[in-house]
Amino acid sequence: MDNAAYRKASTTAPAPWGRVRRSRYWADRALKIVSTLFTALGAFVLGWILLMLLVEGIGGLSPAVFTETTPGPGTEGGGIANAIVGSLILTVLGIVVATPIGVLAGTYLAEYGKDSTLATVIRFVNDILLAAPSILIGLFVYMLMVQPMGGYSGWAGGVALAIIAVPVIVRSTEDMLRLVPGSLREAGAALGAPMSTVIVKISWKAARAGMVTGVILATARIAGETAPLLFTALNNNFWFSPTLMGGVSNLPVTIYQFALAPYQNWRELAWAGALIITLSILGLSIVARLILKKDKVR
Amino acid sequence: MAVVSDQFVVSNMQTVRRRSSPAFDQGFRWASYGSALIVLAVLAGIIGSMVYGGWPAFQEFGFGFITSSIWNVGQDQYGAWVAIAGTLTSAVIALVIGVPISIGIAIFLTQLCPPWLRRPVSTVIELLAAVPSIIYGMWGLFVFAPFFAKYVQIPLTTIVEGMPILGTVLYARVPSGVGMMTAGIILAIMIIPFIASITRDILDQIPTVLRESAYGIGCTTWEVMRYVLLPQAGVSIIGAVMLGLGRALGETMAVTFVIGNANRLSLSLFDPSSTIASRIANEFNEAAGMQMHALLALGCILFVVTFIVLALARLLIAGMKTH
Repeated sequence: MDNAAYRKASTTAPAPWGRVRRSRYWADRALKIVSTLFTALGAFVLGWILLMLLVEGIGGLSPAVFTETTPGPGTEGGGIANAIVGSLILTVLGIVVATPIGVLAGTYLAEYGKDSTLATVIRFVNDILLAAPSILIGLFVYMLMVQPMGGYSGWAGGVALAIIAVPVIVRSTEDMLRLVPGSLREAGAALGAPMSTVIVKISWKAARAGMVTGVILATARIAGETAPLLFTALNNNFWFSPTLMGGVSNLPVTIYQFALAPYQNWRELAWAGALIITLSILGLSIVARLILKKDKVR
Repeated sequence: MAVVSDQFVVSNMQTVRRRSSPAFDQGFRWASYGSALIVLAVLAGIIGSMVYGGWPAFQEFGFGFITSSIWNVGQDQYGAWVAIAGTLTSAVIALVIGVPISIGIAIFLTQLCPPWLRRPVSTVIELLAAVPSIIYGMWGLFVFAPFFAKYVQIPLTTIVEGMPILGTVLYARVPSGVGMMTAGIILAIMIIPFIASITRDILDQIPTVLRESAYGIGCTTWEVMRYVLLPQAGVSIIGAVMLGLGRALGETMAVTFVIGNANRLSLSLFDPSSTIASRIANEFNEAAGMQMHALLALGCILFVVTFIVLALARLLIAGMKTH
């Protein structure tokens, strides 16, 4: 009771200020309530999506999902083992190609190029690639590899994913190397170490946690990419060739095709795949954050 | 243990010398230089392949390729206007919905949130960006679209029916939940984490003194935001919005699921349509001849537009840092 009376008194100020005070109070109140609600809405949507995946996906999870290959149209049962393995191979291929290129290019920007014109241009281009539509990267790799090689292949898929991962790694490597104090490098140089030794043994070592985080985030980013695989690795309802030539089955495109299919078991597999892929990606993102946080605390 | 192994390396002069040989030093420099050039080459390659692949279509249809809304595979006639209009409309809807929400989230995180809650809430919002596009598509098609049709489209359609302008724009002929508006809403959710986290960083960069002196003369949070922080951060926030726009223009899978993929121009926001990216995703694998060139020409247009938008975004955001 007392509290309510107090609040009323504090919002309706003494007569001469009454009007002004009240509008200021409500503008402020509205801003606070609306921003809090918007934040809650964001969290709510994430929760809604995760809940949907759990509800729909857990029902479809069974040992067969991990052991059997994708079923043909109208066939009962089946799993997505070939898609899971294919996705792992494509993601690893992409990250293995992207990591050296990304780390070295990031090193160039932070250690060699710095504020030179070339470094500025590359930084600019890298930022554009970071947000460029991934479907265009699929088209590019189609023209670059699929057409000349005469068919879809896992190699083309891996390259397309690598092109998406490189800008992420370049950016995080450069940012992390820039946090390393210049005095550390100078100390190394004063001992007579050449530039490459200073970079490898001092800068990289000091920035290691951040650089690893960048690679993990890049992995999370490419693991769920669908658009660049549509025209490169395509998909495959059977075990793909060990040479990775021809279509290579992968989770995202399998989910895309199965989710929109008229068969009940295909849809269930799509939901199971969606659950698996989302949990892995969110898990990777959280692990990356933990590594960085632990490093900062230390 | 670490000390022992360090000593071992130092005492083993051969290892040290081999690693720091001038050849290795030069090789390392060239390798990083080469890797940096690969980044440039990729961008050049994307532009080059789009222009090369789309050229026959531009040549065949000329400027009419952009303005024509015919897309007829049977007669080999292609025009990009429906896809361009769809791309722009869905992105604008995404901005109209997404920008206020993103700025609200950034305000909450920087001004209102208790410190212990800041990190978890930031993480949750950033995880929205980690959810794969295809999952947004499934959520949009199987969960959000039926919900949207039942609780928004059907009631709204009965209300606006017969009204002069609203009766066209908000009228759903087939209230299935699939269409331009749903695509815009999903895109809004997808770009929120990007705009929100950049805006948060920008607001954090503004010196605390400015904010505190405004509070000190008795400003409310609204007044501090409106008259102190927003004017300071305005240009960079526009940059963040442009970055979100760039993402919305090129988003593919989520849009392909929910936009309905129809080649028709409609004044109603609830009608199915298509975007450049969704059309490429739908048709490219079965395309041959002129259709393929037309799709690559669409890709070329998309690339030019996103390039301009993203370049502007970067310039605006970078302007903040140098000040």
